[in-house]
Formats: sequence, structure tokens, C-alpha cells
Amino acid sequence: MASTHGAPPVFNNKVVAWIDHRLPIFSYIEKEYHTFPTPRNFNYFWNFGAIATVMLVLMIVTGIVLATNYQPNADLAFASVERIMRDVPSGWLLRYMHMTGASFFFAAVYVHIFRGLYYGSYKAPRELLWMLGVVILLLMMATAFMGYVLPWGQMSFWGATVITNLFSAIPVVGDSIVTWLWGGFAVGNPTLNRFFALHYLLPFIIVGVVALHVVALHVHGSNNPLGIDPKGPQDTVPFHPYYTMKDGFGVMVFLIIYAAFVFFAPNALGDVNNYIQANPLVTPNEIVPEWYLLPFYAILRAIPDKLGGVICMFGSILLLLVLPWLDTSRVRSCTFRPIYKWFVFLLVIDVIVLGYCGAHPPEGWYVPISRLATAYYFFHFIILLPVLGKIERPLPLPSSIADAVLKKKAV
Amino acid sequence: MASSSIPAGAHGDPTRRDFLMVATGALGAVGAIAVAWPFINNLNPAADTLALSTIEVNVQAIPVGQAITVKWRGKPVFIRHRTEKEIKEAEAVPLSELRDPQTDDSRVTDTAKKVRREWLIVVGVCTHLGCVPLGTKDGDPRGEYDGWFCPCHGSQYDSSGRIRKGPAPLNLAVPDYLFTSDTLVRIG
Amino acid sequence: MFTKLSLNKLILTGAVALAAFSAGTVATAAEDMPPLPKHDWGFKGPFGTYDRAAAQRGFQVYKEVCSACHSLELLSYRNLEGLGLTENQVKGIAAEFQVSDISDDGSPIDRPARPSDHFKKPFPNELAAAAANGGKAPPDLSVIVKAREGGPDYVYGILTGYVPYDKLTPEQIKEFNVKKDDHFNLHFPGHRIAMPPPLEDGKVTYVDGTKNTLQQEASDVVEFLAWASEPHLEDRNRTGVRVILFLLVMAAFMYAVKRSVWADKH
Repeated sequence: MASTHGAPPVFNNKVVAWIDHRLPIFSYIEKEYHTFPTPRNFNYFWNFGAIATVMLVLMIVTGIVLATNYQPNADLAFASVERIMRDVPSGWLLRYMHMTGASFFFAAVYVHIFRGLYYGSYKAPRELLWMLGVVILLLMMATAFMGYVLPWGQMSFWGATVITNLFSAIPVVGDSIVTWLWGGFAVGNPTLNRFFALHYLLPFIIVGVVALHVVALHVHGSNNPLGIDPKGPQDTVPFHPYYTMKDGFGVMVFLIIYAAFVFFAPNALGDVNNYIQANPLVTPNEIVPEWYLLPFYAILRAIPDKLGGVICMFGSILLLLVLPWLDTSRVRSCTFRPIYKWFVFLLVIDVIVLGYCGAHPPEGWYVPISRLATAYYFFHFIILLPVLGKIERPLPLPSSIADAVLKKKAV
Repeated sequence: MASSSIPAGAHGDPTRRDFLMVATGALGAVGAIAVAWPFINNLNPAADTLALSTIEVNVQAIPVGQAITVKWRGKPVFIRHRTEKEIKEAEAVPLSELRDPQTDDSRVTDTAKKVRREWLIVVGVCTHLGCVPLGTKDGDPRGEYDGWFCPCHGSQYDSSGRIRKGPAPLNLAVPDYLFTSDTLVRIG
Repeated sequence: MFTKLSLNKLILTGAVALAAFSAGTVATAAEDMPPLPKHDWGFKGPFGTYDRAAAQRGFQVYKEVCSACHSLELLSYRNLEGLGLTENQVKGIAAEFQVSDISDDGSPIDRPARPSDHFKKPFPNELAAAAANGGKAPPDLSVIVKAREGGPDYVYGILTGYVPYDKLTPEQIKEFNVKKDDHFNLHFPGHRIAMPPPLEDGKVTYVDGTKNTLQQEASDVVEFLAWASEPHLEDRNRTGVRVILFLLVMAAFMYAVKRSVWADKH
């Protein structure tokens, strides 16, 4: 087999060689997942791309199987989910895997995003790679939201009502858009039907965008904790077996935590109200989304104006699309950004605070705190990031990855 | 490949590494199979479906010479109260004449091994390609053997539900059934 | 740059934050409510199992008391075999109830229930249930233990948390606007609950001779309802222990492989 990147691989197996001559899938795998030169200095944060991929596959597979027993009908949905939990062989397992899987998919993706933020993975030449990632996040949110509606519990119904009503903030056509989204005069059977159809469709679109994400990644290769480009073979290792095995280990550790929730606390991340069948006449005391959407929900509620809140909420995510051009620093990694580094940590705390506010009714101290946190979120990206990049003095960069690795070993 | 450049050492020993790789691969394969099971098992009939897999039928109201159709596991089941003539005909056929040789007695025995010649209970699905044969209702064509006639491809069954003519390869299937009393039969 | 140690710390912090998050979403509506009575449920924790005898007694409580108003519509009689009853016992229980069906000639009839039938509902539909209960239908109990904050402790708290009118302090009467005919419950949000006290000492006479105190009846029926909410809990726990053990071994092997692969690069 070929040992260096770029040289055409030679396959000993005749069948493989025959196929590859006509459809070079084996060359592709060899080039992109075997010999692919990868910076040798990844830390465990670089596991989360692989972990997120595993979770995506897991969600799709469990989802397809669940769909074989689920009934997307307002009168039957709740009971059909309970039938899966009670009567369908292994149904409880698959349902809990899917339900908890959503949380863990988001958790993995959020760590992955943090990794990108901290090490400047969004900076040139990886801007499109980053933007595709933001698109994936948006698609995930839409998919998760529609999936949450399907069990047709109280939180499904009222979550759907509240979130679709956001569109009524749009001037003039808002109400018509909401009616169009619902397919009726309230969230009801047509809404459930279309959400099921879209919830089934969107994951495959996510797979498509993930493929583009990976293609974009493999053009310039991965970023790394130092944020400097590999200068030669001494800076890289082949992807396989070095990172396949490391990813494998990371995936296993992640799955242990995931399994602990699936088997021993499957409902800990959910809301008790979703075990009450949807009732269009009774609103639960408090409507909260799942934890992974809470920070954005807090931003929505922090703004005292309806339209303003909606704009800020969507803006907080869409802002990430232009992040590569807001960052003016000449270095990528926060390792060499003595000031900005602390602001990234502050941003993490800020988002956690927002999440905490999002979980509580907007009254008392939660109101000023969520407003302050919202203000910092936008300040961070719109003002701090461009300004700090100009005035901050980065630490001296090492001459090469190998150099830094050897120096670290010597210490 | 890179492995050739790995120096022998405490961790880098190629044999140790190969062993670890193989062991981990084997363990992973076991895990993958274990994970596959719930997905495959999921498509099996659910507990509520299985709960409906037995039915009880009261046969008291079926007069001699008549038959009824009941639905069992989504399929028709014929219950025929046979006349003496039909029983005689079925018993008189030599096994050598049958495509799928079975004695009449063996086809009218319930799961408690009790023979009730007057009751014939068969799954009403033609063993050729799954059509429902005619012959249960009054006035239906019953074929040349006083049994059932399949309109799809002309298979003919006798008064014991055995295949006598036409393309079907096997006799009409006899489900497991048990007479819990003289008038009550549990199918399944 | 991150050393391994600080990285681990960071991940730990993340995990703690996640836990705080989930705690944040779960803990609501706790203001000025007395703490729920803590009960040592045998079904809690990764090795939890149901107490079959208690759950069977709980079914007796449900059947003789709760089922007059509360449906259990997601359960079928056949499910009772999961409580340790035999097929014939289940048939016998089912046959005590008359359910509507259509006869062979198409006319509506009542027939004895079969194990495959769902539990008979006390009211034909929700409107009828509401009309017969002062405007609000009693909730279905199939998943009640999963549908309330506090789970089994909450249901137990409600069943044992009634305070008679003459035992209330004048402040309580004033603050919660309690009338003489109201039912005051310590653990119900707002305290005034539509349900009259369902259980009391001696309300049911247990077949197995267990002493029928209010607490016993309440904890038995909660055991039964917990089982009804999550019938596969024991299977889940068993599978979970096996899966996690497997993953631990697998992770250890992966770590060893990773170490040996990277041996020449470190």
C-alpha cells in the first residue's frame, strides 16, 4: 500500500483493484482516512467531530426504526410512543437512545464548536468549513425542535405553539405565515404530520452538509491546538491508525456517559410535562425547551420587544456565520492570545448563565441577569472580537508543530 | 506503512500491538452484533400483537354441513362442521393418491390429541400463492372433491382440506387449536 | 497551552455544568412548599427492582379505590402478568369487567374483558369524566409517576398529605383561601385539591393480610403506579449494567491500542 500522501495506492486484492480502477472509492478512503496527513498535536477536543458523527448515525438509525412504529396522528401519537415503550420489542431502549441521543448529540456539537472558537478553527482558510458547521447547527435545531413535537405531550404541543408563534412577530405577513406553518388555526394534526415528514427528511440533509463540511476540512486539513500550519511530514501523522484509534477511544468514553443516562436516568434531561398528553386547552405553568436550546430561549425572553427578541435570538446564531471576518487577530489559537483566551472562557460562562436563565421564569433577578448575559454575548462577537484582535499582542508562535511537541516533551 | 518504522519497545512492540488490535477488533465486533440485536428485534411482533394471537370461537351455532370464516392473526380460518359423507370421503382416500400425504385423522386432532372428526379447522389461505379458496359459504363452488376451490389458479382441496388438483403444492394448513369444551375452541 | 490536567478539569467542569443545567430544568415550582416525604423506594438506582408483593397490593388499592375515577388506559390486563400474576389470575381479573364490543351480527354488546383488552375506563370519555368530577377530569394514571416533578415521592406526598380543615392554622386558611368543604393538601401546588382524601387507615382489606395503614396503602399504590409508568425498568437496569461494563472494557482496550500506536510519537 502507498505510504505517502499523494502517491496512487496499489491494491493487492484483484477485486478491489478492479473496482477502484472504475470507481476510486478505495483510493478515496485510502487518501482521506488512512494516509491523510494530520497534525500530530491534537488534544482530546479533536475527538468531538468523530463523536458528533457517531451520534448523527445513531440518531438516524434509531429514528428510522422508531418511525416504523410511530403514528404521526394527533389522536394516536402519544399512545403510539407509549406502545413503543411498553409493547414493541426493545422499543423502550431505542426510544430512550433516541431521546437521550438528541441531548448528547448537541453536547458533542457544542464542545466541537467551543473547540473551533478557542483554537480559531474558523479563521482563513477554513471560513466555509465553519459556515457549513453553522448551517449544520441550524438544521440540528430545527430537527430537534420538530422531533420534540412528535410524542405529542404537553411540552411538545406548547413548545410547538410558542416557537411557531415567533414568526407572528414578522410585520404584516406574520400571522399568515404562522397559519401556513400550522396548516390550520392552531397547532394540530396537520402540524404534527408535516413536522414528522420534515423530522424524517432533515437528518439526511444534515448528512449532506456534513459531507460538504468534511470535504472542506480535507482541502486544507485540520487546524490544531497551536493554530499554525504543518510545515512538513515531521509535523503530521497519517490519520490511520493514529487518529482512528484515538477517536475510537474518545468515542468509547463518550458512549459510557451517554449509556449511563440512557439506562439509569433516561428522563433526567427531559420535562415531566411531556408525559402528559397534549391538551390544547391547558397550558403548563411554564414552557421551557430542552436544555440545548435554553441559551437562545433566554436571549429571546431577555429582549422586552417581541420582534426584537426574535431577531436577537436568530441573530445570535446567524452571527456565527460572519465570525471569521469579525476576528481580526493574526493568530488562530487562543493558546497564544493571553487576553482573548479569558474572554472565550467568559463567553462559555455567559452561555451557561443564559441557559440557566432560560430554564427559569422571566421574573426577579433572572430578568436583569439574562439581559446582561445577552448584552455580553453580542458585545463579545461584535465589539470585543474585532477590537481586541487589533490591540492584543499575541505570544510568540513556535517555529513548527514538531518543534513545540519536542520542547513540551523535554520539559 | 508507518508500522515498519515503529521501534520495538515496551509499548511499541509490533506483536503486542497486533494482539491488542485483533483483541479490540474482536471485542468491537461482539459489541456491534449486540447493538444490532435490538434493532432487528424491534421489527418482531409487539406484545399487543402477540396478545391477540389466540382467539376463542363458539362453534355451537354452526349446523352440520356448514362452515364459517373467522379472522385469526390477520388471516381467514375456516371451521367446517362436516357431514358423515364428507368424513367418509376424506377417510377413504388412499394416501398414495395424495400430493401431500396426510391422514384425515391427523388433520382433525387438537393440541390435546383429541380427535373430533366432525370439526375441520384450516387456515383459509391457498398454499399456491396466498388467495382465499371458495367453498365456505353456501353456494360457493367447492371443486370436485367436496372441499374448496381456489378461484385464482384452480387449486382444488378435498373435504379434509388436502390438495387434490391444481398448482398448489401443500394441503391447507391446520392451525394449533384446542377444544376447551364441546362448543368452545381456542385457535392459536 | 492546555496540559492534559487542565483539559480534564475543563471536561469535568463541563459535566458539572451539564448536571447543573439539568437540575435547573427539573427543579421548578418548589417555592414555599414543604419538602416531599422521602421514601426508600426499591426501584431507585441502577440496581433497583420492583417489590412485586407491594405492587400487587397496590393494584388492589387501585382497583378498589382509584379506578372509580382514574383511568389507566395505556395498560392492558395482560400487563398484570408483569406483576407476577399467572395467566389464569389475569383472565379472572379481566373477566370481572364488562367492555363494549360489536357482536358477530354487528350490534353493540358488552362482554367480559379479555387479557388483551385495555383497562376499563371509569368514564366513557374525557368530557364525561370532567362533568362527573366538578368540571375537571381526573388525570389518567398510566404514566403519572413520570409526569410529575418528584415522581413517586410526589404521588406518595399527595396521598398522605391531606390536612383536615379543623387542623389548619388560621394563617393557612387565610393565605390559601380555604373553605370548609375544600380539601387541603400539603404537597399540591396551591394546596386546594379537587380530589377528596382517597385513602385512609383501613380503606382496603389486603388479601395477603398486610396491615392496612394509610401509609402502607399509599406506598403500595405508588409502587404499582411506578411499575405501570415504567414496566421495563428492571430490564433497563440489567441491560445498562452489562452495556456499561462492556463499554468500560472496550474503552480500556481502545486506550491500550491508542497508547501502543502512539508509542513512537510520544
